[in-house]
Amino acid sequence: MQESTDSGELIVNIMYFVRTLRAAGLPIGPGRMLEALRAVTTVGLGSRADFYFALYAALVNRRDQHELFDQAFHIFWRNPKFLERMMSLNLPSFGADELQENPQELFRRIAETITAGIDSDENTNTNEDKIEYDATMTWSANEVLQKKDFESMSAYEISAARAAIQHMRIPINTVPTRRYRPRNVGTSVDMRTTLKASLRHGCDIIPLKRRVRGKRHPPIVVLCDISGSMDRYARMMLHFLHTMTNDRDRVHTFLFGTRLTNVTRYLRHKDIDVSLNKISDIVEDWAGGTRIGSCLHDFNQFWSRRVLGQGALVLLVTDGLDRDSGEGLEKEMDRLHRSSRRLIWLNPLLRYDLFEPKSRGIRAMMPYVDEFKPIHNLESLKELAKIVGGSKQHSKSSMANWQERAA
Amino acid sequence: MTSPIPKSVDETFELLLNGSYVADRSLATALYLSLSLSRPLFVEGEAGVGKTEIAKVLAQTLNRKLLRLQCYEGLDVSSAVYEWNYTRQMVEIRLSEAAGNRNLGDLEKDIFSEKFLIKRPLLQALEPSRDGPPVLLIDELDRTDEPFEAYLLEILSEFQITIPEVGTVSATEPPIVIITSNRTREIHDALKRRCYYHWIDYPNAARELEILSVKAPEVSSTLSRQVVGFVQSLRDTDLFKFPGIAETIDWAHALVQLNCLALDPEIINNTLGALLKYQDDITKIQGSEAGRILNEVKLELATHEA
Repeated sequence: MQESTDSGELIVNIMYFVRTLRAAGLPIGPGRMLEALRAVTTVGLGSRADFYFALYAALVNRRDQHELFDQAFHIFWRNPKFLERMMSLNLPSFGADELQENPQELFRRIAETITAGIDSDENTNTNEDKIEYDATMTWSANEVLQKKDFESMSAYEISAARAAIQHMRIPINTVPTRRYRPRNVGTSVDMRTTLKASLRHGCDIIPLKRRVRGKRHPPIVVLCDISGSMDRYARMMLHFLHTMTNDRDRVHTFLFGTRLTNVTRYLRHKDIDVSLNKISDIVEDWAGGTRIGSCLHDFNQFWSRRVLGQGALVLLVTDGLDRDSGEGLEKEMDRLHRSSRRLIWLNPLLRYDLFEPKSRGIRAMMPYVDEFKPIHNLESLKELAKIVGGSKQHSKSSMANWQERAA
Repeated sequence: MTSPIPKSVDETFELLLNGSYVADRSLATALYLSLSLSRPLFVEGEAGVGKTEIAKVLAQTLNRKLLRLQCYEGLDVSSAVYEWNYTRQMVEIRLSEAAGNRNLGDLEKDIFSEKFLIKRPLLQALEPSRDGPPVLLIDELDRTDEPFEAYLLEILSEFQITIPEVGTVSATEPPIVIITSNRTREIHDALKRRCYYHWIDYPNAARELEILSVKAPEVSSTLSRQVVGFVQSLRDTDLFKFPGIAETIDWAHALVQLNCLALDPEIINNTLGALLKYQDDITKIQGSEAGRILNEVKLELATHEA
């Protein structure tokens, strides 16, 4: 590496840039940083585009890192003064005005990693204080806009919850299929491999090769309520669903408030920020009222035959508080229940110990669900992962108890 | 005798009509493209709108063999493409043993030869035939799983199948492929990309009347107009499953069987099971609702005639 004064400064800058990216969640070690330096010195600093792609080639190795890198690059290398201030590290107030110039453009994650890098440790500590692992979850309170801006989730809130969600390995629950796989101890004989094996041994003996029924997980269909009362939980659910959608195939997600929206395709995007962005563009009834009956009707009419065909597991995430006070709900729940392998109702209201299933919507829905579970904190999400994974057996008695109380 | 494939959209339309299939212009166009450019036709639509019928009519009017592959969950290579005849293979092994033939290489080559191959529809479709390439109907593809769909990719784009023991079998002339789906799940884009796509919708009143006159000529014109009017109004109501064309034809046949010359509320109530297949839907329509719709239909037909 050249040691002239110019490139020395560049090296320091690149180092800070790499540290910014690392703080924003890109897995970049010192080796990759050296690669980046080598790439930049090889390509040269002829044009900004060359510089961008040299760093890009060295630092990004997955499609979902593209957006993070792109934004970080444009903020970080925007103007030289910015870089000077970056290097001096002693200007705790720098981030605010720089970032407010164009707040929509930034992912909050990048913004916070940059300011956190500049600010001293105290700042980080105050931020950490805000993380609460209690029943109310950790979303900032100043989000009351009708058209929700997901960007306002801060990096700390996301990272705390998301780290937990990402570490939830969702065990694949399986059901037997009609296909066979070879297995040493199997129930039926696989003639094709048996004959081949017999030839290999000179046809004197015929070693029986066996096979068993293959297994695969059933499709999962999620219907998630995004009305005002469900807002915070729906957001957390979206993170969970993003992890789940990217972890396995055949996960379909629908959001409903006053109308039903299919967001499966958006959740397939590897980067959670891009997913949430697109969803906030497409979903118009965020944090409004709920019309569970009519939304379920739409689902049954237009989607159930398309996504429930293969014996799907249905997760219904709603508090059951219906603007239409349960009108037409019973019939639609009945239909939904009959078309699905298992219908699991996740209700955040269960966080209250004294919760009684007395509202009309809840009473209309209760007879038709196979399981009734809370969904209000990370713990209940973990529980859900177990249920979806099939390792947790549902207790018939507790379900019967709920149904009795709702009757 | 094999008939030539049609040379224009109009000819395609006529061809289908000869097989008593009343198509609309868009279907005839899609089918013509698929026939002339040798690409599969992927047909989607609700149950009972005549998807499978297209392939049957094509085979009949073009005088080709119809090979039908009914898809179901767990459909695998051994029932869709080929299977080795194990019993014969074992007999062959014993025979060669008795004859004292111990050359294993020859034996292996022998028992995995075409003689012992049981051909299933997909492999049969690639074979040259005296009547020209057959019509291959892959019915209700959405019933199988994704791995089978992936297996079809090679066949549909290259018209060839690879059998590990034998080698690659490719068609000299590509078969006419019709794929149908009921949309109980989404078919992958990679497969759709290789086909022409056509969505068959419920027909409008005029076309449904035409279909009924072709498929059920014994129904009087008054009755068939009433039947079509009634079914068309049913499709405007809020039902879980709308009646398809197949149901309309069934119902018309049923009414003729009951010597009914014109619709009345009672006969509708008694025969509603031919038209609607969900209990909820039947209870919704039965009784006063059926009477109301019938009156509307009669009124409309009267004003139409006047």
